[in-house]
Amino acid sequence: MDKFRMIFQFFQSNQESFMNGICGIMALASTQMYSAFDFNCPCLPHYNLAYGLGILLVPPFILFLLGFVLNNNISMLAEEWRRPQGQRGKDPAVLRYMFCSMAQRAMIAPAVWVSVTLLDGKCITCAFCTSVPVESLGNASHPHLSQGEIQRVLARIPCKEIYNGQQLIANEVAVRYLRCISQALGWCFVLLMTTLAFLVRSLRPCFSQAAFLKSRYWSHYIDIERKLFDETCAEHARSFAKVCIQQFFEGMSTDLVAARCHLPRKAPADAGEAAEKLLGITDQGTMNMALKSWHRCKPPLNLHPPALPTGNGWAGEGQPPTHPSAPRRETAAYYSWV
Amino acid sequence: MDRFRMIFQYFQSSSESVMNGICGLLALASVKMYTSFDFSCPCLPQYNMAYGLGIMFVPPIILFLCGLILNRQSLVMLEEWRRPPGHRKKDLAVIRYMCSSIMQRAMVAPVIWIIVTLLDGKCLICAFSGSMDPEKFVGFANVSTVQVQQLLAKVPCKDDELVGNNTSRKAVSRYLRCCSQALGWSILLILIIAAFLARWLRPCFNQATLLQARHWSNYIDIEKKIFEEACCEHSRLFAHKCILHFFESMRQEIKLHSFSLPREEEPAEGEADLLRGITDQDQVNKLLKTWYYEKPPLDVS
Repeated sequence: MDKFRMIFQFFQSNQESFMNGICGIMALASTQMYSAFDFNCPCLPHYNLAYGLGILLVPPFILFLLGFVLNNNISMLAEEWRRPQGQRGKDPAVLRYMFCSMAQRAMIAPAVWVSVTLLDGKCITCAFCTSVPVESLGNASHPHLSQGEIQRVLARIPCKEIYNGQQLIANEVAVRYLRCISQALGWCFVLLMTTLAFLVRSLRPCFSQAAFLKSRYWSHYIDIERKLFDETCAEHARSFAKVCIQQFFEGMSTDLVAARCHLPRKAPADAGEAAEKLLGITDQGTMNMALKSWHRCKPPLNLHPPALPTGNGWAGEGQPPTHPSAPRRETAAYYSWV
Repeated sequence: MDRFRMIFQYFQSSSESVMNGICGLLALASVKMYTSFDFSCPCLPQYNMAYGLGIMFVPPIILFLCGLILNRQSLVMLEEWRRPPGHRKKDLAVIRYMCSSIMQRAMVAPVIWIIVTLLDGKCLICAFSGSMDPEKFVGFANVSTVQVQQLLAKVPCKDDELVGNNTSRKAVSRYLRCCSQALGWSILLILIIAAFLARWLRPCFNQATLLQARHWSNYIDIEKKIFEEACCEHSRLFAHKCILHFFESMRQEIKLHSFSLPREEEPAEGEADLLRGITDQDQVNKLLKTWYYEKPPLDVS
């Protein structure tokens, strides 16, 4: 358990490696999705191209958007972009840095999908089987077949069981040809992506190292500041709630004492802490009333002690009006969430 | 638990072992990629050589670039190379040392790919079946030139109907595979001997310079890490102070505007600290609104 927590903390503290972890998981998920996906070429002239190219291009787009959605920093970027200037200037270099680093990570899973698809070959075979050069690979002189017929026959190349054009062009020859083209495209694509990544990574220290260090520092700063602010607010909310509830119980106990005119009880000398924690509520009826009151009439979100109901001249002069607005606050308490 | 943390720290601190780990992972990935890649020779005269040689040489380039990208030290080296001298002179020996160690590690995965490809044989059979001399093989000897090119191109495809059971096809295939495996083993032997000699003979040349270069390259790496950690720590403290200042200034503003009476009951001391003077819903809402609309300036003096 401890070990697990340490690993978790390590990844959390090091934002970049956490994001890299998510990135790697998405890349693996992408390959897994592809192998689990049951590719089914329609083997019809006009549908093949749409299906093949759709499977090649739509999932990468989805994965790209998912890469942004799963990245915690997107809300941070949006917030920093849209906030009013106030007393703190906005640095477009920082925004650009954050966006670029998110976009780079989000590009990995789509690139993996496209490479795996091209290297596997099924998509390109399905999409372009009607464009196979029959003249060079098969018998173009096969008689009595109109253009449309030829297209229909060629469209069935990916579906071996129903292929009936063996005289026109052998199925294995066409499939091998298309697959070879697809794999060549795949390797070229991977080479291109790797070269781009290499150039981006290696040209940076040559040109803008100082600006890069600055942007990186301030983007980390914005992230840490946001987290610390959330932690501080959470701490504050905790203390607020504690004091509010304490004041509620004290209020209840004072009300009960006033209502029942209890004789001052002799608290046992050695009750100590336990008696304090009971907060004056010591029997079933009282507890039930406290719980009912908590449900029916939650206390206002205001830790100042309220002014006495019989005005004694002190209430006024800019003191925040507690009683008239208490109902408003009670309603507001259900909607505004810190 | 302690042991685990120690291992973690060891890997973190020793850049070289992290790099060796990455190098090993890339080598394994290279083998895995080759076995999962579905090699399918086009068996067409003009395409075979391009495909075969492409599969043999393009993935190693990709693996080499990946080895450079994933190696943190390459960034360190580039930064050291391009930095202005300032108060600290640049030592070319250190840069050369880092460069050579990066290149050596990056070359491992491509070399493994090439060797695995050669030992397997499919690439060479695909690439060079069309360049065989048909006279040497009985089945292809008395066939016209154009046809023989076609037949030779189909040699890598075992299940092709034209040459499927042709014994000459098997002969060409075996011959090419034998050449390919011989080449693969020779390259492996040469590389291992070269590595052995380099490692053994290195102490005979410039050992002192080498020790210095290694020390200072390690130093540069550690210095960069510690600088990044110091910046993180600093930004954390900066943010903490900034937020405290912000809460304090909100408390002052609220005091100025609300003229609240001194309260008879104070919440417990500890809680008062944490509440920082913000004690009702409106004040909290104002604080949050101000945080968004008017972030405090980056100045904690």
